[in-house]
Amino acid sequence: MSAPRTRTIGDTLLTVDRISLSFGGVKALTDVSFDIAKGEVRAIIGPNGAGKSSMLNCINGFYHPQQGSITYKSVKRSQMRPHEAAAQGIARTFQNIALFKGMSTLDNIMTGRNLRMKTGILAQALHFGPARAEEIEHRLAVERIIEFLEIEHIRKTPVGRLPYGLQKRVELGRALAAEPELLLLDEPMAGMNIEEKQDMCRFILDVNDEFGTTICLIEHDMGVVMDISDRVVVLDYGKKIGDGVPDEIKRNQTVIDAYLGVSH
Amino acid sequence: MFYREAGQFKTSYGRDMAVFPIAQDRIAIGLIVAIAFLAVPFMATEYFLSSIMVPTLILALAAIGLNILVGYCGQVSLGSGAFMAIGAYAAYNFAIRVPELPLLVTILLGGVVSAMVGIAFGIPSLRIKGFYLAVATLAAQFFFDWLFLRVGWFTNYTPSGSVNAPQLNVFGWIVNTPTEKYLFVLGVVCVLAVLAKNLVRGHVGRQWMAIRDMDIAAEIIGIRPMYAKLTAFAVSSFFVGVAGSLWAFVHLGSWEPLAFNIDRSFQLLFAVIIGGLGSIAGCFMGAAFMWILPIFLDIALPPLGELVGWKMDKATVSHFGFMIFGALIVFFLIVEPHGLARLWSIMKEKLRLWPFPY
Ligand SMILES: Nc1ncnc2c1ncn2[C@@H]1O[C@H](COP(=O)(O)OP(=O)(O)OP(=O)(O)O)[C@@H](O)[C@H]1O
Ligand SMILES: [Mg+2]
Repeated sequence: MSAPRTRTIGDTLLTVDRISLSFGGVKALTDVSFDIAKGEVRAIIGPNGAGKSSMLNCINGFYHPQQGSITYKSVKRSQMRPHEAAAQGIARTFQNIALFKGMSTLDNIMTGRNLRMKTGILAQALHFGPARAEEIEHRLAVERIIEFLEIEHIRKTPVGRLPYGLQKRVELGRALAAEPELLLLDEPMAGMNIEEKQDMCRFILDVNDEFGTTICLIEHDMGVVMDISDRVVVLDYGKKIGDGVPDEIKRNQTVIDAYLGVSH
Repeated sequence: MFYREAGQFKTSYGRDMAVFPIAQDRIAIGLIVAIAFLAVPFMATEYFLSSIMVPTLILALAAIGLNILVGYCGQVSLGSGAFMAIGAYAAYNFAIRVPELPLLVTILLGGVVSAMVGIAFGIPSLRIKGFYLAVATLAAQFFFDWLFLRVGWFTNYTPSGSVNAPQLNVFGWIVNTPTEKYLFVLGVVCVLAVLAKNLVRGHVGRQWMAIRDMDIAAEIIGIRPMYAKLTAFAVSSFFVGVAGSLWAFVHLGSWEPLAFNIDRSFQLLFAVIIGGLGSIAGCFMGAAFMWILPIFLDIALPPLGELVGWKMDKATVSHFGFMIFGALIVFFLIVEPHGLARLWSIMKEKLRLWPFPY
């Protein structure tokens, strides 16, 4: 798709160790282990209901697996609240867009920086000195993201009024605003047309290249997955059935039978 | 025609963040404030100042408080009357028990106490939402109605239960005449409205709105729901409490718990809905609507009745007033849920493009 990209893929950033998660009788994940290396684009694929979204939800502390552990930046943890995960540099987007519908594009992306904003309520009420300086400083950072994602024209539009593709972009912007180390993207290109998908791919690769952000994405479009990811995990019925570089996955017979064989 | 953005380029984000980014808006608001301070006191009658302007301004302040909670943070409250009462009685008790305190401090302390009680009553909101939270705040309303009526300490054991505000001494300025009262209230309300606006357009305001729009997503980007909700309850109750102490000290002068009953809570809620959820300017419009329309109907209905040869007595007039009022509220809820503030901005939008609608 593009010229070979020069990046450094480093040590392990996150290890998922034998995670099992069930809802009542439904086993969403069974004994899944894999790792994500610093700086890589890691894809999770699999048929509907395979447990992909549940996997991301475990990583960012939204679901709590009954068994297994997650080691992030060499710290092992079993339970973690979502805002703690955010504080440690994990940001994400959702399969069903989770934007703040009544707020403008600008305000939505500004919320992504909330963990970096420190002035107290009183200073904000006076909107004076440090509070104002802080607001302007973060506004500058957010404007860079807006420019990067090419959404200047919708800066002040309430996101509830935007078309789907743009909402996905704004949601990516909000996640980027946190300057995360690990970015989890749940089907960032679902429901998009070809051009929109190409734009999105470009943004994802640019983020990965320029900021060295580690990316873990779920995607159904195999063309895209094989193009942009360094390594791929395949889930089926909550179990891991494949793990490796795209070429290996394409040749893995179990994966072909379970997923790739049928058209997507 | 002169309402244009053209030629006004924002050269810095500091400018773009301004409350009124368009110069005409800034000029208009400046004019309104100047007229309110300089012209109204000399032109208006005493009746107009003390029976219309003062109560409308104070209600607008209370509506701002309620709007922060309901319109910005999305937490329903039917107990704002109670928080006005808390502000009023707290300020009253500070005034009689610590008479050395300056009046302004007493009034602000009324707000602070109200804020603390607000935090306590905000704790259920961490667990319950919507209808159930509304019922919990309704319980607060009835509890405080009862408390101030039955527990003599709060009213300094006055036999009738009615208490009198102290003399209004603002750092040596004795606030006595309707004009003085109006100017005092206007000053306090303007300052607090600016502070409220700063909060809702800033960092904490975005946290509130994020919780309102989608609390789960808010938590995932690192917003702590507890912090956001409790600050909203605290700030909201502070404003409502200050409004309560102003209502008691400046508008009423002497009062009993009935002044802050459930009717007041509904009056404020309607003011917020009619003015526009999530709009500070709307609070002023909503409060004016809620306070002035009934007075207007009282005056306008009898002559209208005469026209069709119907002599209305006082009771009929007030019944009619209720009906018209109720109908208008329903109309607003159905036709324009974002209230007068939204109608106003639609009008401005049209004006900006006029006369070429495309
Ligand atoms: N909160 C929940 N409560 C109950 N069951 C759930 C919950 N979340 C997920 N599940 C179940 O877990 C299984 C895996 O769901 P998940 O959303 O992770 O699949 P997925 O791989 O993301 O599928 P899709 O491609 O459709 O998005 C499904 O059977 C689903 O019904
Ligand atoms: Mg999914």
